[in-house]
Amino acid sequence: MAIDVLMPALSPTMEEGTLAKWLVAEGDAVKSGQIIAEIETDKATMEFEAVDEGIVGKILVAAGTSGVKVNEPILRLIEAGEDANAAPAPVAEKAVAEKAVAAKAAPAVAASTSAAVAVVSKASPDWPAGTPMKTMTVREALREAMAEEMRANPNVMLMGEEVGEYQGAYKISQGLLDEFGPKRVVDTPITEMGFTGIAVGAAWGGLNPIVEFMTFNFSLQAIDHILNSAAKTNYMSGGQLGCPIVFRGANGAAARVGAQHSQDFAAWYASVPGLKVVMPYSAADAKGLLKQAIRDPNPVVFLENEIMYGQSFEVPDLPDFTIPFSKARIWREGTDATIVSFGIGMRYALEAADLLAKDGISVEVIDLRTLRPLDYDTVLASIQKTNRCVCVEEGFPVASMSDHLASTIMQRAFDYLDAPVITCTGKDVPMPYAANLEKLALVTTAEVVAAVKSVCYR
Amino acid sequence: MAAKSTTPDTGATDGKKSNVSKDELLKYYREMLLIRRFEEKAGQLYGMGLIGGFCHLYIGQEAVVVGLEACTKEGDKRVTSYRDHGHMLACGMEANGVMAELTGREGGYSRGKGGSMHMFSREKHFYGGHGIVGAQVPIGAGLAFADRYKGNDNVTFTYFGDGAANQGQVYEAYNMAELWDLPVIFVIENNGYAMGTSVKRSTKSTSLYGRGLAYGIPGEQVDGMDVLAVKAAGEAAVAHCRAGKGPYILEMMTYRYRGHSMSDPAKYRTREEVEKMKAEKDAIEHVRDLLLGAGLANEDELKAIDKQIKDVVNASAEFAKESPEPSVSELYTDIYA
Ligand SMILES: Cc1ncc(C[n+]2csc(CCOP(=O)(O)OP(=O)(O)O)c2C)c(N)n1
Ligand SMILES: [Mg+2]
Repeated sequence: MAIDVLMPALSPTMEEGTLAKWLVAEGDAVKSGQIIAEIETDKATMEFEAVDEGIVGKILVAAGTSGVKVNEPILRLIEAGEDANAAPAPVAEKAVAEKAVAAKAAPAVAASTSAAVAVVSKASPDWPAGTPMKTMTVREALREAMAEEMRANPNVMLMGEEVGEYQGAYKISQGLLDEFGPKRVVDTPITEMGFTGIAVGAAWGGLNPIVEFMTFNFSLQAIDHILNSAAKTNYMSGGQLGCPIVFRGANGAAARVGAQHSQDFAAWYASVPGLKVVMPYSAADAKGLLKQAIRDPNPVVFLENEIMYGQSFEVPDLPDFTIPFSKARIWREGTDATIVSFGIGMRYALEAADLLAKDGISVEVIDLRTLRPLDYDTVLASIQKTNRCVCVEEGFPVASMSDHLASTIMQRAFDYLDAPVITCTGKDVPMPYAANLEKLALVTTAEVVAAVKSVCYR
Repeated sequence: MAAKSTTPDTGATDGKKSNVSKDELLKYYREMLLIRRFEEKAGQLYGMGLIGGFCHLYIGQEAVVVGLEACTKEGDKRVTSYRDHGHMLACGMEANGVMAELTGREGGYSRGKGGSMHMFSREKHFYGGHGIVGAQVPIGAGLAFADRYKGNDNVTFTYFGDGAANQGQVYEAYNMAELWDLPVIFVIENNGYAMGTSVKRSTKSTSLYGRGLAYGIPGEQVDGMDVLAVKAAGEAAVAHCRAGKGPYILEMMTYRYRGHSMSDPAKYRTREEVEKMKAEKDAIEHVRDLLLGAGLANEDELKAIDKQIKDVVNASAEFAKESPEPSVSELYTDIYA
């Protein structure tokens, strides 16, 4: 019976891909485990192995075709003597699979949209009016930031797992080994505590290390050095031993990777005096703030997000631009309520603001960008105007950034509030793997919309 | 105490010489094939979007866990990394429950909450399924600590990769395991690579089996593609542990045929290298050759087994698709015991 081989999903986030090359031709016999094609995903070119055995009856999608959707039939396997045009075995699996793919794509925020996000607010204060802009992904912005700073300062170097020859587990360091060589782009063994301690020592010894954690989940192996060695020593040494180092990598929930690999450490690190903590949303902020972080004489924890890496934004096309710490950005001005967020939380915030605008509620959206030191003034000024506030983040609710903001607003702007501050966060549970539960565990746009309506008594 | 290397490339055992019975060989054949077919199916379901996130396949390494499970008795424990499907099948966990966990459904071993990397079975003494590289190593020593405390003769099999072998906590665990004579076998599954980093690029001390010597732990390098060699080494290590002599290290020389996880393009090794391993060292082909070569089984018998295994795996895939998603109320259960 003929079997249709379907376009495979080859990464947690892949929805379509390019059929780069066929390694079999019509008439060839195929064995289970044989590599039959090369398929390009957003991140890499992957080899695709056959599971079923048979003869290649018909190639349904020609080599070089791009935009082939996951689960589209790409090749028909037949048995000897069978007609290649015979209808394939009814694949009951296919309907189920399509449902599953739809379910996977359903948490709209988790699926990467490649369309550029338009800047709704008026001219940015971060660069001069009339600055030419270019579109780039957060991934490219981070790479450019590191490359520019490495060109400018020979003491800047990058260290971490798979940053060099593999070109980065998430391809943030792609090309850096070629340009800067193995002395400055250092592949480490899987020994986070050791290489983090080594990097702290190297910083005291006169270098400006960038430490990449493959994801921040693994920074827990090294958190002692981040807190006890890097953050506290300037103070303990009476100001003698500042530690110019950047700890960066993917933070927060990715897609379907379970409890040990999905956690937002924003509030954890932001609670530590001696650290600076940055969590950008847009590509421009990722670039400008990472350059700033590399130049800063203090340890900076720089929290990225895997789901944001492929997202495109407008970035100023300037030879050298930085964004100062402790300056929030107002993405959208409004009069009825303020949403304060940061990092990927901005997606929910901006989506909610769009939806609320249709209901006639004008929302001001503030992106904190830097979590320590935090730009309280921008937040408080906005609340003096709108008198209502909702805080949004993906992390756990207890002892969250949102709790800290709510408490600060209560202490410093109580008389301006017309409603209690509401916090919208991830749920108080370890991240479940099941698709339906994962969706519920994350903060949702609907929850943000409901919270804003509630503070507006609507 | 000693560290020895049984030169993996020449150590392939001969079925007749080792007096291994037909039943035993057929059991290994069946168990290894189950893992392989199961993993191929999992790869296929991943491609269809039914499995999400990270999914690390065990294809190529089957002989390690099947050979060592043949040395266990009731009460023995095992703990491993995220590359755990093979370990679960080999210790007797049901294919249905494993596959349904991969699809994140109610019928899975963690009722859909753990996923590919996080499954557990108290009944089968399988303690996970751990996503943090190296973290299972002291945990394994801790399971052995409890057995020693209780005074039984159970042994814990603690599996970890060549990459994990560089983590500091491994050596903290080695030191205490030997200091307190813990009945734990540290099984290093050396498949040559930690993601894209070959062993040679991560250490100059590449004889991983010898790294316990400084603490007083004997170690041995074993051809992990040869289930009989694995079994023989496992028996000796188990005897050492059960006799109260403390921990033992087995470095299993093995190979993973697929990428690190589903999204690894595997550009760090050549296609020829992979094909050569498949052609010359495949663990399942080895047992197949022993069976056919010694006239212990014929093609038809093996075909019948292949068919049985395919049926089990297909049934598990059906089960994993049909099983419903966990109920929404499950979000807030199981946070505390
Ligand atoms: C502490 C920690 N650091 C990094 C990772 C990311 N990571 C997952 S698996 C892996 C490679 C491990 O290789 P190895 O120990 O050889 O096991 P194998 O995958 O080959 O079975 C890495 C770096 C992790 N999960 N945990
Ligand atoms: Mg390995």
